[in-house]
Parts: sequence; C-alpha cells; structure tokens
Amino acid sequence: MLSGLIFSIGAVGFLVRRNVLVQLMCIELMLNSVNLALVAYNRVHVGNMTGNVFAFFVIAVAAAEAAVGLAIVIAFYRLRSSVQSDEADALRH
Amino acid sequence: MAGNLFFVVCALVALVGALGTVTSHNPIRSAVGLLATILGIAGLFLKLDAQFLAAIQLMVYAGAVVVLFVFVIMVLGPDARTDVEAGKAQISRAFAGGLMALLAAGALFLLAKGGPTPTVFAKVMPGHGDVEAVGGQLFTQGIVPFELATALLIAAAIGAIAIARGKAVRIDKPRALPKGKYFGGPAHPRDVAAQVDTGVRKDGAH
Repeated sequence: MLSGLIFSIGAVGFLVRRNVLVQLMCIELMLNSVNLALVAYNRVHVGNMTGNVFAFFVIAVAAAEAAVGLAIVIAFYRLRSSVQSDEADALRH
Repeated sequence: MAGNLFFVVCALVALVGALGTVTSHNPIRSAVGLLATILGIAGLFLKLDAQFLAAIQLMVYAGAVVVLFVFVIMVLGPDARTDVEAGKAQISRAFAGGLMALLAAGALFLLAKGGPTPTVFAKVMPGHGDVEAVGGQLFTQGIVPFELATALLIAAAIGAIAIARGKAVRIDKPRALPKGKYFGGPAHPRDVAAQVDTGVRKDGAH
C-alpha cells in the first residue's frame, strides 16, 4: 500500500511538474517505492535473497541514471538558461 | 507495539517527504523532501530485516544522489527555482495529473477491497538480509549482472562528465617538446621565449 502510494505521488509529480530537476526527483521516488515493494515481498520468502539483490541493482542503476540525468540538466541549462522541460523543443542547436 | 510505532513513523516520514518533493516550489525543499523519503524507506528496510539494503540506501542515496541534486541546484542558482507554473499546458497537465491520481486511487481501492488479509511474516532466519546473505547470492547467482552494473556505472560516470563538461578546449598549436623531456611546455618560465630544439631538422630528414 505505502509503496503504491509513494509511486503514485512520484508519477503524478512527474506528470504535473515542469521543472526537470523535480521530475528527476520524482523518478527517484518511483524507484524507491519499487525497491520497498521488492524488499517487502522478499521478506515473505525466508531464506531467499533475490528481492534484496534486485533492489541492490535497482539502486546502482538509479545512481547511474541520476548522474547522467543531472549532467543532461546542466548541459540543457547551458543551452537554454532554464530548467523547464517546456523549453526543450529544439531538435537542432 | 513498538515495532508498529516504528513502522508508522517511518511510513509517515516517507509519505510527507514524497508529498513535499512534489508540491514544493523551491527545488532545495524538494531535495530535502526526497531525503526524508529516503530516510523513511531506509527505516522500513530495517523493519523488513534488510539491514544491508538499509545501509546501502543511506550511503548511496542520502550520501550521493541527494548531495548531487543539491550540488546541481546550487550550481544553477536562482534559475533552478520554478515560478508559479502557469503555462500553456496548465489544463492538460492538470487533466493528466488528475487522471493518474484517479487511476492510482482506483487501483488502491481495488487492492484494499479484494486484497488478501495482511501477511503475517514467518519467523525470520538468523542472518536474513545481512551482508553475508545478500553478498552470497550476489556473487553466485548474480555475478553477471553485478559485473555489468560495474560497467554501467563507469560508463555513466564518463558519460556524465562528457555531457556536463560542454565544449572541449582546443589547443591550436601543438607545443614542441624539448629534447629528452617528455612533458609539454618549457621547463622553466625563463625558457618561454627560448627556441626549443625539437630534434626535427628543417628539411624533414632525421
């Protein structure tokens, strides 16, 4: 339940907010909630660690994604002096 | 009872943090909300006997990802702020957000209505969720994805640097190397104007 709630908040935020930074944070929220669900289901299966291992990989990939995403935000800001995703409308520069 | 209280506190912290992340207009406050959510979820991991993941969550997320967010917000300065987000797409955005919220509420309602009774967790084995157990599975069954994750992380780091650095600095004229010294540039500031013998004769012969 809680995981679903946090995921929903993150998804709604991703759709509603127009600040790229906040959108990235909402992606992190969604990933975190999925991790919570994985670990909770893993707790049911005693003696099996797959859920924990999978959540570990999710954390690793999320860290990489955050690094690349923030780099893209900085490059985009250099181009447009803005972090509004509405500004990202040019296919060539 | 104390365990239940801990669960409720962590859940509330995580929920309030998530709401703060989405609703605040100041990105720094959003980052602090994300931090609160991460701390709450780490507490829930502890409650679910996943000590290793709780530690990793704190280290990677609270220690690296949120700090990275705060760094970027600070670098962008006041431009990272969002003014009141009035825009062309206000109506469509509100529609999309409302639709998504309705979908989520419907799914949660169905889950609560037809869901099973709360699962009573079995007695935990000693060592469930500690570093030894997770690492054991990680390095036996999960060794290939583990190595792939290392490759992914190094590629992401290099790519992030390449993207964020912008245009490379072009050095127009290659510096002549002094003979016998393998670093560029004069050995001493007084030699800046001096002619450097590069060992290459004018006619191109060696």
